[in-house]
Amino acid sequence: MIAFIFRRLLASIGVLIAVGLIAFVMFRYVGDPVNQMVGIETSAAEREQLRQQLGLDDPTIVQALRFLANAARLDFGVSYQFRQPVADLIGARMPATLELAAVASILSLLAGVPMGVYAALRRDSALAKLFLALSLVGISLPTFLTGILLIYVFSVALGWLPSFGRGEVVHVGSWWTTGLLTVSGLKSLIMPAITLALFQMTLIMRLVRAEMLEVLRADYIRFARARGLSERAVHFHHALKNTLVPVMTVVGLQLGSIVAFSIITETVFAWPGMGQLFLQSVQNVDIPIMAAYLLFIGLLFVIINLVVDLLYVAVDPRLRGAAHGASD
Amino acid sequence: MGEAEVEPANAEALPPRSFLGRFADGDLVASFLSSKVTVAAGLVTAILLLAAAFAPLIAPTNPFDPAANFLIDSLTPPRFVAGGDPRFLLGADDQGRDMWSAILYGLRVSLLIGVFSVALGGAIGVTVGLIAGYAGGWVDAVVMRIADVQLTFPAILIALLLDGVAHALLKNSGRDETAFGVLVVAIGLSFWVQFARTVRGSTLVEKNREYVQAARLIALSPTRILVRHILPNVMGPVLVIATINLALAIITEATLSFLGVGLPPTQPSLGTLIRIGQNFLFSGEWWIVAFPSLTLATLVLAVNLLGDWLRDALNPRLK
Repeated sequence: MIAFIFRRLLASIGVLIAVGLIAFVMFRYVGDPVNQMVGIETSAAEREQLRQQLGLDDPTIVQALRFLANAARLDFGVSYQFRQPVADLIGARMPATLELAAVASILSLLAGVPMGVYAALRRDSALAKLFLALSLVGISLPTFLTGILLIYVFSVALGWLPSFGRGEVVHVGSWWTTGLLTVSGLKSLIMPAITLALFQMTLIMRLVRAEMLEVLRADYIRFARARGLSERAVHFHHALKNTLVPVMTVVGLQLGSIVAFSIITETVFAWPGMGQLFLQSVQNVDIPIMAAYLLFIGLLFVIINLVVDLLYVAVDPRLRGAAHGASD
Repeated sequence: MGEAEVEPANAEALPPRSFLGRFADGDLVASFLSSKVTVAAGLVTAILLLAAAFAPLIAPTNPFDPAANFLIDSLTPPRFVAGGDPRFLLGADDQGRDMWSAILYGLRVSLLIGVFSVALGGAIGVTVGLIAGYAGGWVDAVVMRIADVQLTFPAILIALLLDGVAHALLKNSGRDETAFGVLVVAIGLSFWVQFARTVRGSTLVEKNREYVQAARLIALSPTRILVRHILPNVMGPVLVIATINLALAIITEATLSFLGVGLPPTQPSLGTLIRIGQNFLFSGEWWIVAFPSLTLATLVLAVNLLGDWLRDALNPRLK
């Protein structure tokens, strides 16, 4: 088991280094860092001096290692458009995105799992069919359309909820800001969270339903029924428990993509998070921010993957004895 | 077809029939006609495809010709609501462009980018998958590792990054002219992995079959074996992925255009139209955003339904 964890850890580090190198190539070779930092009136000699100072004349391998070492210390250089350290910019916007992503994930789980279970247990009922039809619409409706639709109904037509921003935020600790403690903050959160959760919810629902249907056909379910256990015990104790492993994988991976998909939601609702910052950097070719964001998402995915792998071992006793990569 | 050259003793050892073979047998046609939803989705897709193809003939005006659009017509409501103008079936946007014409042209752009980028992603993925599966060894290991890493990132993020990098490399000059090509490449490159993994898997199975061994024995070149013998037998899953990815590619393009890094307002896709229309959501001009959105949602839903059907029809395990 230790060997298994060790191997996953090595693979994770490999992925991180690969992502880091891609980020470095972007940072160093896409657009000239010096040109972005100085004005037109800077002389060639001054430019040359700056190049030397920044170490842009060193061998590529030295530069790559320096980039990775700096990144490990959260030093991603200075944004071309804001003239501020990238780490500060991302740090200031991280709470907004993470809060939105966390609420959306919880929402998609709380709605998706029960809907999936119901659709599997009562699969011929009208409600189950409605869930399935809705899920197909949910998958076909682009995230930004869902957002626009919600804004139209709840902001324009009914005027119940604010259509942009985070509302009032409260400082918690030295740098974290939260909108969860104010009424306007909570009201602002509702629509973005639903928009972000909808797509994940449909995925989770379809997956739980498919897994439940599969498990309900298994012999041990028939045996549990034969033992005279109540339907409730069979469904929830035996069946649902055994669907959790694949559900966990997908939910874990979706958690990462929720952060990525928040780019769209943040744009629709003018939510002041990292996704908005990243989009601005793409529009303005602000390479340091793009590289840092890529690294951040890479790190996030690697951590999530690792945690999911470890949870596997915790949940599935079969993996504990045989220490092989059965998760693939 | 390659499999006709070898006739195994028992029928069970036959390689799966190629996609064209199945089609000729009528399995697909029968399963298509058996579901009303699928037939409806097929009809809707066909109508939208035709509308896009013949947009210049159907559209009453050319929305991209500045001389044919007048600002005085701007924000005219649709024909069927109060204050509407019979010339504008679905109303006009802020530039005085006829929405019905703009949607037809936008549909055309959205579909073209979708088809081109899926074709590009499919071509790269199928080629890489065939080579990786057939060659094995380090080629396979390297390619699949790259695929694994890329797969951990959502396609939309990769497309956004590629879009940003492309614009940096093109020095931001002529962003409008290159937008179409950049989008196709960005979306295409973010979609190759799924093709490659599937084709590699099928190739691994096919390369040990008797017809491939026979082809090797008569000293056919690897290229010929791959293209003429293995490729036709791995095309079924590729078509399923292509259909589902077409819906995804259309959504991705619309999203990128909506985010403002896709197509410019001078050559709008459905996503660009929605982006423009969103600005008028609060001032009551709902038709500018509503009709492009409806068209996009209908298109994607229809293509998704077709993809679902194709997946079930070509996958005997699910029957």
